[in-house]
Amino acid sequence: MPKIPLWDLPELPKNELPLHLQLQKTRVFCNNDAPTHTENIHYSGAYASMGIDNSLRLDEFKKNFKVKVIKLNEDDMEFDLIGIDASIANAFRRILISELPTMAIEKVLVANSSSVVQDEVLAHRLGLIPIKVDPRLFDYMSENDVPNEKNCIVFKLHFKNPRGSGERRTVYSNDLKWLPFGSEYVLPTENSNSSDPNSKPKTYTSYTSSQDSLPEFSTNPITVTPGIIISKLGPGQEIELEAHACKGLGKTHAKWSPVATAWYRMLPEVILLKDIEDDDAEELVKKCPVNVFDIEDIAKGRKRATVARPRACTLCRECIREPGWEEKVALRRVKDHFIFTIESTGALPPEVLFTEAVQILEDKCERVITEMS
Amino acid sequence: MEHGSYQDLSASTHTLNDEDHTLANSLRFTLNQDPRVALCGYSIPHPSEAKVNIRVQTTGDPAKEVLKDSCQDLMMICQHVRSTFEQAVADFKNNEGSESQ
Repeated sequence: MPKIPLWDLPELPKNELPLHLQLQKTRVFCNNDAPTHTENIHYSGAYASMGIDNSLRLDEFKKNFKVKVIKLNEDDMEFDLIGIDASIANAFRRILISELPTMAIEKVLVANSSSVVQDEVLAHRLGLIPIKVDPRLFDYMSENDVPNEKNCIVFKLHFKNPRGSGERRTVYSNDLKWLPFGSEYVLPTENSNSSDPNSKPKTYTSYTSSQDSLPEFSTNPITVTPGIIISKLGPGQEIELEAHACKGLGKTHAKWSPVATAWYRMLPEVILLKDIEDDDAEELVKKCPVNVFDIEDIAKGRKRATVARPRACTLCRECIREPGWEEKVALRRVKDHFIFTIESTGALPPEVLFTEAVQILEDKCERVITEMS
Repeated sequence: MEHGSYQDLSASTHTLNDEDHTLANSLRFTLNQDPRVALCGYSIPHPSEAKVNIRVQTTGDPAKEVLKDSCQDLMMICQHVRSTFEQAVADFKNNEGSESQ
């Protein structure tokens, strides 16, 4: 290679990284042995020696940030977050899983249970049933609070398989009936032969008004997700209980998590470094288990491979496993493009869950600011 | 709670109670993006204690103010994410409605 004097080298455009560094900064390289350049370069002065500012300006973020909704229905949604750092996307994910409140059954008062399922197992199963109610309408119940209509939902379950039925019967979550007036069980401390026969006996909850008189519940009663098997009863067995639900957070117990799961993956990028033609093209299409590649016909009956569905790529690296293929196909991930998926359990629609999660991160920042000043 | 010295305000460690990686890692990102920051990092001293220590060293400005500013930055980012997301969802719902008709 002939020597070129420094001043004859082509000048780089101002404020732009050389191509290879730009690629290392924005992509994860999935090589056939191990991924490289997996780290994110955050430090504002990381490229100071090249005279390039690596800091993020808010207006620049606003210019580049995009959201694309791919799929949305009442239970789950998929969307792309483009132009955001993994640390913030991960914060949203963590908040969705463990810091958004929901209502879940916390206390179970068992009056009678002769099924083979032990009471504690039954209570645990009841706890995991998602309750379809907006948790924002309720308050948290602290340790010395009395359960009332603002912090407690009561369900009743009474199921009996008669002695002569001759069959095993299944108790489903549909059999949980909402009690808008609160608990029906009288506290054991209450004197049954009270002097005043008109006074209402004290129960496990002290509602001042019925929950179905509230405008939110008068037209749509509180229900749970139907079709979940609670227990199976043989002839003569019976379950009679009351389940009290309260508000809580996923970090206390997973039953309060509003999502079945929430996750993201970085956008896969599949690049053909060389033209892959004829037999090689056929081989490449056959190699891929998720059908990323297609074949297009070029002139004179010849064929060439194309990348048709890069989003489907799972980065299994099957296409670059054999020697020689790594020079033909490059698998990468885009570091600031997240395919985010939220599966709601039914309490709130997924798009509401995400906005709530962002709101919570905002509140956290605000708390820190006020604590410091 | 802030741990630092009165002689040198440009370096201090802040202890945030009832927080975890969720906030600390996001703050580390926004702090690192601030040109006034020379070094920053966070640690969770013990996994069963709900607190994080955030270390900030600056090139001269008071570390506390820089940390406050990056909280502000993170808040602005969140606000923008929220409004963009709500807009995207509304657009998607509109499109879907017009397609099904």
